[in-house]
Amino acid sequence: MIPFPNSGFVFLKKLMIRVGGACLVLFAAATLTFITLHLAPGDPVTAILGGSANPTPETIREIREEYGLDQPLMVQYALHIWHVLSGHLGASFSQHMPVTDVLWQQAPPTLKLMLSSLVLAWGFAVLSVTLSARKPFFDSAFSSLETFFAGLPQFWIGIILLWLFAYQLGLLPPAGTHGFLSLILPSLSLAIPLGGFLAQVMRESFKTTLDQPFVLTARARGLSDNAVRFRHVLRHALLPGVSLSTWAVGALVGNAVAVEFIFSRQGLGRQLFLAVSMHDMPLVTGIILFISVVYILASFLADILYVIVDPRIQEARA
Amino acid sequence: MNAFSDTSQSGLSVKNLSVTFSSGGVSHIAVHSLSFSLTPGEVVALVGESGSGKTVTARALLGLSGPHAQITADHLSLNGRSLLANTEQQWRKIRGAEIGFILQDALVALDPLRSIGTEITEALTAHKWGTKNTREDRVLQLLTQAGIPLAKERVHLRADQLSGGLRQRALIASALAMNPPFLIADEPTTALDPSVQVQILELLKQLRAAGHGILIISHDLGFVSRLADRVIVMHHGHMIEEGRTADLLSAPRHSYTRRLLDAEPGRRPPRPPALARQTALPLLEAHNLSFSIKQQDGTRKHIVQDISLSLFPGRTLALIGESGSGKTSTARMIMGFQKPETGFIDFLGEPWSRSEKAGVPESARRGRRPRLAAIYQDPLSSFDPRWTVQTILDDALSVIHVPKQERMTRIRALLDQVRLPDTLLSKNPLLLSGGQRQRVAIARTLAVEPSVILCDEPVSALDVSVQAQILDLLDDLQKRLRLSYLFISHDLNVVRNIADDLIVMQHGRIIESGTAQDVLTHPRHPFTQELVAAAHLIGDATSSLPS
Repeated sequence: MIPFPNSGFVFLKKLMIRVGGACLVLFAAATLTFITLHLAPGDPVTAILGGSANPTPETIREIREEYGLDQPLMVQYALHIWHVLSGHLGASFSQHMPVTDVLWQQAPPTLKLMLSSLVLAWGFAVLSVTLSARKPFFDSAFSSLETFFAGLPQFWIGIILLWLFAYQLGLLPPAGTHGFLSLILPSLSLAIPLGGFLAQVMRESFKTTLDQPFVLTARARGLSDNAVRFRHVLRHALLPGVSLSTWAVGALVGNAVAVEFIFSRQGLGRQLFLAVSMHDMPLVTGIILFISVVYILASFLADILYVIVDPRIQEARA
Repeated sequence: MNAFSDTSQSGLSVKNLSVTFSSGGVSHIAVHSLSFSLTPGEVVALVGESGSGKTVTARALLGLSGPHAQITADHLSLNGRSLLANTEQQWRKIRGAEIGFILQDALVALDPLRSIGTEITEALTAHKWGTKNTREDRVLQLLTQAGIPLAKERVHLRADQLSGGLRQRALIASALAMNPPFLIADEPTTALDPSVQVQILELLKQLRAAGHGILIISHDLGFVSRLADRVIVMHHGHMIEEGRTADLLSAPRHSYTRRLLDAEPGRRPPRPPALARQTALPLLEAHNLSFSIKQQDGTRKHIVQDISLSLFPGRTLALIGESGSGKTSTARMIMGFQKPETGFIDFLGEPWSRSEKAGVPESARRGRRPRLAAIYQDPLSSFDPRWTVQTILDDALSVIHVPKQERMTRIRALLDQVRLPDTLLSKNPLLLSGGQRQRVAIARTLAVEPSVILCDEPVSALDVSVQAQILDLLDDLQKRLRLSYLFISHDLNVVRNIADDLIVMQHGRIIESGTAQDVLTHPRHPFTQELVAAAHLIGDATSSLPS
């Protein structure tokens, strides 16, 4: 299946529109970061000095000049945007190393966490919906379970899982960033509420689709109930799940802050929190831009998935 | 060639079949002791209106009645084997392989996300038939057999990329994949255009000639009469009458069968020719309307080209054509929902819609909006499901600023006009029958005191006997209130009952127009001739019977 079977020109035009849109999103993200950080109380100089005792007024002035902090706000903003545009993310005040190095270090554990949470959430949602929407009793039981899951806060799940599996049962490591085992509990903390959400939005379309005439036709061909569910009905229920997953990619980073703290993991969430509290402007900008890029890629991927799941969308868009 | 005639006990045999649905302690008997048999090369029709139990019967024969159904019978067997104690596994071996199943409207009866090729292949893989290569060949062979030209190019298309006739053929091909000796066809032509209905009818005849035993489920006695050897009439789950088609149609014994026959639109008397066209000015005039849409490759597709029409007080103008002929787009322009690309529309002597850039602003139309109302095929989707009949009508009256204290009297008068009892006032439209819903929709339309009502396929979704009642009601209201109807339909038999003037559309153009009587008795354009022939073929229940 080719998602974009159009002529080259149309494809190029669409691509340009998407790239243009992506640039706008990045620009907005950089601007918002700048505004928010300047509205927040605190002084970046403290972060740059890294807690060294009693800086003299001269040191402070020197640092202000060096980092351009003495300039008027508009100039600072222009410089900030210029740096972002030219790809110079600069050096982190608090970590005293290039922002790209920090990203390089911290992004992989977070991306791994997000990916495994998404996979777990989808696995739960698909199985729960496909297998339980059968008898009214199971249907409502699983539907309630999903609602319950969707309502649980990630940090609470994290603490409970930590207490049960790490401290009481001693099955899984309580903390760390390395190895597959250390990924299980944090992923579950993020995946359980997301899986509940996904299942809820998919269940409705799944049940509507079960009543469609083509499902009856498929059964009348001699297909088994499971074949009907997985080969025909499920595909119709995927689209709302795909839309929700784009949103989830953004939400997962936010929720990763708490989870990375609880499980003492390295990662962007934890780093973002530290950077904000330290007023580390370049690092915050770098992380936010990185997350924006991930989000843009995710929504691009979702668009391709839409067309693969439902080829009619492609024709309707033209 | 009769491939299935060699078995001694061949056939589907049903004796005293009853189907009961129970949920929450309440049980409802959908089918009462039904008995019949079907042998290869024979066509048996189950005829009845909605709720008669015909579809429930069809599903019971495939073991697809669902978990709430209880099936009892003295005897339910296929070629001598009893099906009553079948496990799900055993049923699956029968479905598709021994009994094929065809539903109405392939657009929803085939998976809209998959190609027809995938769907047909699945019917083969479900029974572990052949290898990948032989299956590919078999699919092409089936499509060709079902009358789909260029099968090789079309096998990758989805149902929505095919015309109505071709996709219905694809659906039939998928039911025939394992060459089942028996076929159950549940309303196989109901949603199709008349000319396509005739094609499918021919295809089913060929299948009978090839030795398939076919059980046709239909509400349409006329259609069935062209195909069935025997007819079973059902009403509220009971078999009312059974017999050879010719006997049953020429001498129905039961009064219900007679009523059904009389309600056939083709058998109802045509509308008497109206008095000569009034000298009065037209209420609504449309001149040279055109409309096109931009396609994927940048060219424009003409949907409507150069349509002109005039609507006079107290007369009905019918717009007839098959799906895709531009009827609906014309209706949207006339309602003022879509600006025409060329041409103009005047309503009540003033500009209503203009193709020019400035057009006519909605504010200029608003005062006249209540005078132009519309009724649609499916009234349910145009009602707020939480409202009652009373709130629906009350809301309509508030549009024309009827004072609150007068509304109740007006609401009762409206219900009286559409011959509905007051007791329905507190009911939700969901709880009403199809005919009652359409009456509520008509009452709501009348509430704003229109001069012109656009009727867009208003009876297409209704049972024939209800169709007849609604058409009579519309006719009666027209006489009393001097309404003008613009009646859009694909069904020539329905139009015959109601139209004074007729416009036939094809590919967005008017190909023929004139008084209804003229056009129907002396159609000039080949397409109109074909339509008239198809209408006779389908609608005329007694004149021509299977040989």
